[in-house]
Amino acid sequence: MAEFRMPALGADMDSGKIIEWRIKPGDKVKRGDIVALVDTDKATIEVEVFENGIVESIVVPEGETVAVGTALAMIRGEAEAVAPRAPSPTPAAVHKPAPPSPAPSRAPLRAEPPSPPIAIVPPPAQAPAPARRSLRVSPLAMRVAMDLGVNLLSVKGTGPDGAITRKDVEGAAQAAAQTAAPAAAQAQPPAPRPGEAIKVVSMPRAPAAGDRQAAMRKAIAAAMGRSKREIPHYYLGTQIDMSAAMEWLRAENLNRPVTNRLLYSALLLKAVAIAVRQIPEMNGYWVDGVFKSSAAIHVGVAISLRQGGLIAPAIHDVDKLSLDEIMVSLRELVKRVRAGILRSSEIADATLTVTSLGEQGVETVFGIIYPPQVALVGFGRIVERPWADKGMVGARPVMTATLAADHRVSDGHRGGLFLAAIDRILREPQKL
Amino acid sequence: MTSQANLIRTTYREAMRQAIREAMQRDPRVFLMGEDVGRYGGSFAVSKGLLEEFGPERIRDTPLSESAFVGAGIGAAMGGMRPIVEIMTVNFSLLALDQIMNNAAAIHYMSGGQFNIPLVIRMTTGAGRQLAAQHSHSLEGWYAHIPGIKVLTPATLEDARGMLWTALEDPDPVLIFEHGSLYNMEGDLAADAGAVDIDKAVVRRPGTDLSLITYGGTLDKAIRAAGDLAAMGIDAEVIDLRTLRPLDTATIVDSVTRTHRAIIIDEGWRSGSISAEITARIMEHAFYELDAPIERICTAEAPMPYAKHLEDAALPQPAAIIEAARKMVKGDG
Amino acid sequence: MAAEMDFTTPLPDKEHSLHLLHEMLRIRRFEEKSAELYSAGKIRGFLHLYIGEEAVAVGAIAALEADDAIVATYREHGHALVRGISANSIMAELYGKQEGCSHGRGGSMHLFDAATRFYGGNAIVGGGLPIAIGLALADKLQRRPRVTACFFGEGAVAEGEFHECMNLAALWKLPVLFCCENNLYAMGTALKRSESEVDLCLKATSYEIPAWPIDGMDVIACEDAARRAVLAVRSGEGPFFLEFRTYRFRAHSMYDPQLYRTKQEVEEWKQRDPIATLEQRMRENRNLDDDDLGLIETRVAAEIADAVEFAEAGSWEPVEALTRFVYSERAAR
Repeated sequence: MAEFRMPALGADMDSGKIIEWRIKPGDKVKRGDIVALVDTDKATIEVEVFENGIVESIVVPEGETVAVGTALAMIRGEAEAVAPRAPSPTPAAVHKPAPPSPAPSRAPLRAEPPSPPIAIVPPPAQAPAPARRSLRVSPLAMRVAMDLGVNLLSVKGTGPDGAITRKDVEGAAQAAAQTAAPAAAQAQPPAPRPGEAIKVVSMPRAPAAGDRQAAMRKAIAAAMGRSKREIPHYYLGTQIDMSAAMEWLRAENLNRPVTNRLLYSALLLKAVAIAVRQIPEMNGYWVDGVFKSSAAIHVGVAISLRQGGLIAPAIHDVDKLSLDEIMVSLRELVKRVRAGILRSSEIADATLTVTSLGEQGVETVFGIIYPPQVALVGFGRIVERPWADKGMVGARPVMTATLAADHRVSDGHRGGLFLAAIDRILREPQKL
Repeated sequence: MTSQANLIRTTYREAMRQAIREAMQRDPRVFLMGEDVGRYGGSFAVSKGLLEEFGPERIRDTPLSESAFVGAGIGAAMGGMRPIVEIMTVNFSLLALDQIMNNAAAIHYMSGGQFNIPLVIRMTTGAGRQLAAQHSHSLEGWYAHIPGIKVLTPATLEDARGMLWTALEDPDPVLIFEHGSLYNMEGDLAADAGAVDIDKAVVRRPGTDLSLITYGGTLDKAIRAAGDLAAMGIDAEVIDLRTLRPLDTATIVDSVTRTHRAIIIDEGWRSGSISAEITARIMEHAFYELDAPIERICTAEAPMPYAKHLEDAALPQPAAIIEAARKMVKGDG
Repeated sequence: MAAEMDFTTPLPDKEHSLHLLHEMLRIRRFEEKSAELYSAGKIRGFLHLYIGEEAVAVGAIAALEADDAIVATYREHGHALVRGISANSIMAELYGKQEGCSHGRGGSMHLFDAATRFYGGNAIVGGGLPIAIGLALADKLQRRPRVTACFFGEGAVAEGEFHECMNLAALWKLPVLFCCENNLYAMGTALKRSESEVDLCLKATSYEIPAWPIDGMDVIACEDAARRAVLAVRSGEGPFFLEFRTYRFRAHSMYDPQLYRTKQEVEEWKQRDPIATLEQRMRENRNLDDDDLGLIETRVAAEIADAVEFAEAGSWEPVEALTRFVYSERAAR
């Protein structure tokens, strides 16, 4: 038994309506006979049969519309057995290879109705944007703002139509850490330029609040990883006799109200700044394959964050500040760091960095340089140690000072001189 | 590197003529076919003297039948020749668009890779001589929309001299667009200048503040604008695209990644032009590098007017480039 | 209207007559099977059947050498079969399988085959003529005594390309055999409704091209005329124009209600079925009996059945290869 199916009569024909049957059950048909009149969208077409045989039954009556491929009538072979037909495809899937089907179908099959035309569904309505002032920021400025922790809402844009550009972010007066969520770090951030902090590239999406810590850790990890990879570090350490410094500090602080007391960190920072004047290779940036020494001495102070992580904002022109001024700056800095508000210039401008983990009880610090800087000075805990001087052994407050420096810029000799200078300076604290 | 002594003083026109001559001398399959290329010497005098040198079989004047002779170029290329078909200007190429799009660009694909069409079509393009609406088109960007062909826009003497041979060697149809204003361009060219690549853009002037991206007849305008910008303290990088299909996305993206700003100068009409395609690619590959929206300086969207002041206003000009660059780099201030 | 040339040539010998009959039956049965497969949804897009016109392709192509070229239209299954492209690869192409002669890329309207110099399969009416003159130009320039046979319908004479190409072919004395298959209807428009001058041969002679009208339902006449014309063309006399007056028994394409002609007209032409008339003539000359015919039909049926099986078993080109052959993968030969 063979099926006579609704033929595909054109490239866009999906279905047809039987207008008129020209055959009835019992009629003999041969290949090429016109058996029906079919109405399509475009025209009424006479439809031929490709089989020889006898009409067994009409499956789809006049007036009915069916999909292309639907069985319309059954044709019984004459005396001979019905030859196996090449299997025909389902209406909707004409481009797929037909599955092999050895036996001819027995029962009339009605093909599935044609799949409805794909409706053009409008995209789901966006969640309403939070009510806030619309901000025009270039993608680059956005990225830089994130790296530097700048609050874009407080940045005045000077780009086209008042858009915020990178220059604006960098020069911005204030930053807000809560709006500047650090982005996930890439494996190879591009070389930072002077005035830029370690750049972190790409923001796949705004990280949720809980992600910020993870993101910051990642950023730090990437930056540190990169520093270690690219900067040939060398390390030097020396033990410094802090007795003179501590004695002088004690005497100074006797005359000061508690709120105005000096901490020895201020001495350390000033000492470093003065030492830099003598060994300028510790102060500046490695950019585009050359060292650019910095006339200004902005010392980055590594401050740990309560929630974890480290940040090293700079105190500007430390060599020119008095110890009191350094104290004020230090206090301010710590306060702002704890509050999460830093100026971009503070973050960006350090020309070398000092890290002091003495409070944590660590004696010796071997740090990793923050590129593009070329040196990191570490100060450990002040410990009472036996000290030999002029042939006499006594207990002295001793602090281990370490230098991590960029071997492309300086060598051990110069590094040694630098540490020796710090040592010397700290033994004459009254001169600071 | 050639020494100073091996430079010759020449023009874009002469360089193109020498390229044709050299190709015809090197490869007997090469022949030139088009309107007035023979007796007249070429409507832009590019083929002047070639008829006398190579004879009428290889320097063939055709009737005014763009469709037929472009199609004949396709058939001849399939039949083993290396034809250079000259369509007098891009304005007349529309009569042959069916042959170009439905045959030249499609036969290799439709036949499942069986037939190559190593055809070169040269056309003069561009506006600026008050030739009005039907003679002032810049459609190279439009042709660059078609897969299956290559689209070149030589803007320098080296490229006029060197792109043709590479195009003839290419197994696929190559369209070369010569801006009408360039034929008289004069300069020094290495005496042994030869074939150049046809798939790379070149930085003509390195810079740091923004990228001026252009091709063909507007390259010179961009270079001049860059000179003026330098005096204003703005360091512009100028890229000569050299080929619009394939577009050298890598060079464009590398430049914008360094400069963070881009202005595209394109003599096509703005909407749906090649500048729009370049903008899209920069957005796709260097979005996070952008410090400002990309700007486009294109031809005004009107059929080209005849009056000089209107034509000048319609076309991209150095002043517009400079103003856009200044605003982009220095801000609204 | 020019009277058909009376080529009452004697019937060729039995062997050749059987060959012609066989070839026409191959086309007929292939086309019938294609109609069936199209209705079943196996063949998609457009399908233009050659049923009724077989004598033209069989007769004309019989006059060509293996090295000659053919440019045809979208109604080219018959031409492809006669030329020597296997039924297998044509059917696979109709199915869209990558084993097809155009790698599944072209379908019914774009059959290509480099081995038999079959240059399509063109879907733009008149679009193949420029390619044909280009192929002929290449042969002329390379001094090869080859002929390019260009088939097109009478509808093409309305296109500008027809006139451009006739002119150019005559002007340059190109070795083209223009074979106009006049089946009286360009899709649904009768010739007399679209041409102020319906004498097609007159159009050709106005370009100084010799032209003959031929009874396109008589395969012997077709072959005879074609042989004489090919001889003239190959000898360097320039192009020749043959108007084959024929009729398609089926619609323009599968989806055509044929409102533009009467059933009576179709029936009248069916009386002149080229296969039936040759059969009858051969029987009258005792060159054919039922056994001969039965043998032919059996062989043809087997060939077609094999082709369907081959196509069914064929494979789909992987989607990853979609952009393959947009540009060439190898240098042009």
